[in-house]
Amino acid sequence: MIAFIITTVVAFVIYLVLTAGSGHFMMFWAPSEIVMGIFLSLIVGAITKNYLCKSGNYRMLNPARWLLFIVYGIGPFFWAMAKANLDVAYRVITGKIRPGIVKIDPKLNTDFAVTFLANSITLTPGTLTVDVDDDNVLYVHWINVPYGEEKKEYASIGKVCGSFPRWARRVADD
Amino acid sequence: MWTSYLIYVFIAIGLTFNGLGVVGLLRFPDVYTRLHAATKATTFGSIFTSLGVVTWAFTQLYLSGNSWNLTLALHSLIAIAALLLTNPVGAHAIARAAYKSGVKPKYAVVDRLEVGK
Repeated sequence: MIAFIITTVVAFVIYLVLTAGSGHFMMFWAPSEIVMGIFLSLIVGAITKNYLCKSGNYRMLNPARWLLFIVYGIGPFFWAMAKANLDVAYRVITGKIRPGIVKIDPKLNTDFAVTFLANSITLTPGTLTVDVDDDNVLYVHWINVPYGEEKKEYASIGKVCGSFPRWARRVADD
Repeated sequence: MWTSYLIYVFIAIGLTFNGLGVVGLLRFPDVYTRLHAATKATTFGSIFTSLGVVTWAFTQLYLSGNSWNLTLALHSLIAIAALLLTNPVGAHAIARAAYKSGVKPKYAVVDRLEVGK
């Protein structure tokens, strides 16, 4: 039941964002649009209730996590992404690369946290997630492996992805 | 208005990085390094071109008060969010599929995935 409610509310919020500007009820919406939105979200919630909250863990309902997510997205993540692009621009122009696939063990427990970290890694300096195994060990393609790093079994997490595992733990993990 | 300069800056950054992504696609030696250029640079560039659209739409909203501009801005923001969520997943899937079908990373100094399996 709670999964159904969450799915419906999420669908309704997305519907409201998509139709903002349609009228003047509560400044932005036409009343008929809101009624139709509730009706459609109920249908979507009824059909897809088994997918959004599959793990049965509702920790992401906590608003503190949303706040941390927004802070992360605007602050460290965007900054790292800008650096990544300058780094790629540098490598495109000079052609200096030293590629390799390394292994890191971020010690995360939940699937959502691993997805979060893998996406962050893919969008930030010189790294691209290739594979994840059952123990949540990530295989990362690194465009410029520092000297000495290729001999270690697990590459140092700080060099591959900075403070991202800590953020992933705070935002998405138990 | 002053925001028009901001729009020029956003579009210039966006086009520069999209262009660099394409050049990287031509210059890098193998699938994985090309994916680096293709995903990072084009995601970042597209975010900035979309931010240009958002800035333009909010300027028009402020000037004319037409609610159509609010719709345009919000839809561009949704496009940014969708791009940010789906682009890395696509890159990840392509890289993994390439590895599973036996494409080795060229000039690689280390390949833990091969040792592990």
